Amino acid sequence: MPKIITVENISKLYYIGAHEHQGGSLRESFTAGLRDPLSLVRRNGKTRGEELWALNDVSFDVEQGEILGIIGRNGAGKSTLLKILSRITKPTTGRIEIDGRVGSLLEVGTGFHPELTGRENIFLNGAMLGMGRHEIGRKFDEIVAFSEIERFIDTPVKRYSSGMYTRLAFAIAAHLEPEILIVDEVLAVGDLAFQKKCLGKMGGAAKDGRTVLFVSHAMEAVRKLCGRGILLDRGEIVAQGRIEDVIAKYVEDGAGAQAVYEIPRPRDVEELPGYAYKLTVEDGEGRPTTSIPVGKPWQVRIHFQINRPVEHFIIAMGLLTNLNTPFRTCWAEPRDLAPGTYEAVFREEIVVMGTGRYGIVVGLSTFERAFHYVENAGVLQIAEFAEGIDLVRASNTGYILNPVKIDVQRIDSYQRDRGSNAHAE
Amino acid sequence: MRVPVRITIESRKSWAALDPHDVWSYRELLYFLIWRDLKVRYKQTLFGGAWVIMQPLLLTVIFTIFLGRLVRVPSDGVPYPLFAYAGLLPWTFFSGAVLATGNCLVGNAHLITKVYFPRLIIPISSIAARLVDLGVAFVILIGLMFYFRVGITLHFLMAPFFILILALLALGFGLWTSAVNVKYRDVGIALPLLTQLWMFASPIVYPLSLVPQRWRLVYSMNPVVGILEGFRAALFGGSFNWPAIFISTIVTLVLLPYAAYSFQKHEKTFADII
Repeated sequence: MPKIITVENISKLYYIGAHEHQGGSLRESFTAGLRDPLSLVRRNGKTRGEELWALNDVSFDVEQGEILGIIGRNGAGKSTLLKILSRITKPTTGRIEIDGRVGSLLEVGTGFHPELTGRENIFLNGAMLGMGRHEIGRKFDEIVAFSEIERFIDTPVKRYSSGMYTRLAFAIAAHLEPEILIVDEVLAVGDLAFQKKCLGKMGGAAKDGRTVLFVSHAMEAVRKLCGRGILLDRGEIVAQGRIEDVIAKYVEDGAGAQAVYEIPRPRDVEELPGYAYKLTVEDGEGRPTTSIPVGKPWQVRIHFQINRPVEHFIIAMGLLTNLNTPFRTCWAEPRDLAPGTYEAVFREEIVVMGTGRYGIVVGLSTFERAFHYVENAGVLQIAEFAEGIDLVRASNTGYILNPVKIDVQRIDSYQRDRGSNAHAE
Repeated sequence: MRVPVRITIESRKSWAALDPHDVWSYRELLYFLIWRDLKVRYKQTLFGGAWVIMQPLLLTVIFTIFLGRLVRVPSDGVPYPLFAYAGLLPWTFFSGAVLATGNCLVGNAHLITKVYFPRLIIPISSIAARLVDLGVAFVILIGLMFYFRVGITLHFLMAPFFILILALLALGFGLWTSAVNVKYRDVGIALPLLTQLWMFASPIVYPLSLVPQRWRLVYSMNPVVGILEGFRAALFGGSFNWPAIFISTIVTLVLLPYAAYSFQKHEKTFADII
């Protein structure tokens, strides 16, 4: 198969902490210039903030007709890579050759205007994604049927439910037919049946000879869909090849799991009654660990600081699935706290959770109002390998593996007699 | 079959960024953006598209009462209401276009960070939508000319030229301000004030002849002066003030390439800092 995308030594540099400077007002530039006239000249000086290489010397090829999965934990550079491939932002160095039209779906419903009707938005959004007027006209009925919102097609989308809105946006995206399709995590929203429909459509696109680049945290979707994969970590490619191998490497590396997570301080930290600052994942004996064997006890330790007395304080911990769906929430009894440093330990011994990575959410609240809330403050990694626990391979299971009381009996006539006899005995 | 496309993405930048082919291949998006602008602007309003006419018309009524009747500002022999409307019509277009273009990138930030298309399309669509408004309001001008029995002369053929220069001037100014506005939002705040001052520094509700002779050349450095005076001369068959028209044209032809260059230079960072 011919190469359709050639990426050579792509790097992207961001300056972090320089944002206020870059997006700020003229006055700030003026005053900064007055205080330190050199800062205006010294373009690579400290005033531009800390350097962050979001991508560092990334090279790979994509062949026509393949579905390439791009995986990696948050902040690994996946989105930056897609943005560069979509020509939304420029690389700092490097070169990319693409043979064909690119359609990117970095978000569903890009450019939807709330005041316009569904019909009007199909044309507008279609044009934005690179479809011609005639192409949209030809596919219009198909798009409407796919979205299942026929009755509301002439209603402004601001009156749509969020489900309808998403379905319409998906339907347009699914009918895009560029030679190269770039998809970022969009499948993580929408209901399950609709997700399947879209995955099917994407698989179909590749069969027609089109190329798909797919970024996702949903490993099952990646495994099913992609033939080859790339694993990014801190802006660099750490593995590429058969998708099974790449996913295996990702899981082996702990899928980005650490044992101890520093929680970034909230901006308005002085105004808050308190804040959580550290989270530790521990095994049953209280030893910090990056992954918990399935079925073994685990605990999450959260350190937090209380600045001023709070009444009716509740600390809560939640777990998110790999689709970012809230999956579990646990909270402490309400109590009053004096200023000081505290820790809370959430310990699990009973409920067995399936293998996978769960994002940990931390919430501190007073009188049911959260004052510090952090999504994905850490990762709870439940590993497949488990000694002494009798589970048939624990992947592809549900989120909870607890045994419940299960009665199995045949109910055709012969068996029912036997059954009732047995019961009578 | 589609024509094969080859895209090269590089860090290096050149004038090729202003690729007219690229803009042309996105002409349908341009069409839809103009259409969206027109469609959305007066949604959920009582008078809808009538606002296009009412804006210059109401201003004309106000200035006719205060300047025409009370202050008795001269109007070069043309009835004052017609004189004022012929100035307010292009000015409404120009100030509207400058304001809309200046804020167009920031207002479309959600598009810029999520999808690729030549960014130039956004300011062009802003200006084009205002041109449509101008066309509608122009019909009223013709009506007023008939009402006041002002005959149309051969000079009228020059009117489209002045509109074109005015649109290019608005594009040049808008390209530049929109790019700067991405980085410094001060521009978006200062623009409404600036256009108000600009209005009184231009012969819109008063004629150029009111400006003392020795100040006229300095006054004509304002590129809008030559265009507005020229537009009136074209409508009412007056004589053209060639030096002023020359200045306007030169300023426009210098500003536009400079603004386009500055726009494309900043274009690559729009998505990162917007």
